[in-house]
Amino acid sequence: MTDIDKIHDSLEAKPEPADTETNNNTEREWRKDEKTLTNSELSLEEQDWFCDARPQPVKPAWGPIEKFYNWARSHSLWILAFGTGCGAIELRPLVTARYDISRLGMQPRPTPRQASVFMIGGYVSIKTLKRIVRSYEQMQGPKFVVAVCSCAINGGMYWDSYNTIKRIDHYIPVDVYVTGCMPRPEAVIAGFTKLKELIMAGKAEGQNLYAEKFDWYKANQKQVIKDWNMPDYNW
Amino acid sequence: MKQLDTELSKQFTLSDYVEQRPELAFVTVEKQQLVPLLTYLRDTKKYTHLVTLTAVDWLEVNQFQLTYLLHNYETHTDIGIRVKLDRDNPVMETIHHLWEQARVYQRELHEMFGIDFPGSPGVEEPMILEGWQGPPVMRRDFDTAKYSLETYDHRKRDTREPEIYMKEKLYPED
Repeated sequence: MTDIDKIHDSLEAKPEPADTETNNNTEREWRKDEKTLTNSELSLEEQDWFCDARPQPVKPAWGPIEKFYNWARSHSLWILAFGTGCGAIELRPLVTARYDISRLGMQPRPTPRQASVFMIGGYVSIKTLKRIVRSYEQMQGPKFVVAVCSCAINGGMYWDSYNTIKRIDHYIPVDVYVTGCMPRPEAVIAGFTKLKELIMAGKAEGQNLYAEKFDWYKANQKQVIKDWNMPDYNW
Repeated sequence: MKQLDTELSKQFTLSDYVEQRPELAFVTVEKQQLVPLLTYLRDTKKYTHLVTLTAVDWLEVNQFQLTYLLHNYETHTDIGIRVKLDRDNPVMETIHHLWEQARVYQRELHEMFGIDFPGSPGVEEPMILEGWQGPPVMRRDFDTAKYSLETYDHRKRDTREPEIYMKEKLYPED
């Protein structure tokens, strides 16, 4: 038996104080504020490890400044290299010499913290949705979502599958859809160009939508992810 | 392969011998004799490689059929051992003490068909379906389309009959 096991055993053996129930309730009371999250699926100990702040909508800056920001954002879109579904295979030709999205100011990044575009490439199973929600919430704003392939849009050929969700826009906000099964790299590039236009016009507001309708998105996510074992908002 | 079957029949209760190819044959054995037969094939007959362990759902006769496929590297022959299980009480002996990798197959069969292998390490843990609460999904009486329609939000689809649609489009005056 290792030392850690001994500590765990001693913790388990320790009798709990009689007024735990009231303690929990009072602890919860101040958390029932509208501005904070309860993280109620986690254990009490874990609840303290994670932040309980909600995502907040970001107000646009003063007119010309916001225009400059949007111009800058649209010219440095970094993609999260997280292959969800078979559409991720289209990312490979996109970054290689033939289509070369570097000329559009785009490149794949290995971590959500550095990325600003999340490409949902096709069908999303429940297991993947959990990781998608986690990655999306970890991305720093401004962030955009491009749903590629028909499976992400309406279920596609997986419409009768028991373990894939049928439309991704009920779980995370989507800015641009690219239809096809599968879309050619040209179609994906067209989708990214459309995303750029939307950003320039200040209409790609998925992140603010997520913050405003956070409870609705969260309820949808928890409805299908039965073993929810992460904080309500990961970042 | 027929020779091997007659040899095995002296010790075990075998039935339904099927020779699919000269180097591939299937044989059905009683549930209690499976582990002795596999041990005998592995240790004496050089069938040292467990190729796969899979299940078939025979809903009509209320049975599950397990198939253990073994390979012999010296003669390059395969033999498949079939076992029939009662569908209402699907419990089978584990063989992870013969082949360690069998526990992965057994875990998968437990998740997909609900066949229990008592004693197999980690057999209760979910393999692919995290947090799944419905029935075992590969059983034939599980209606996936119905489950999907009841569980998930579907986007409304517009469907058109191609013949009528093209008639309306090409000959609107008719």
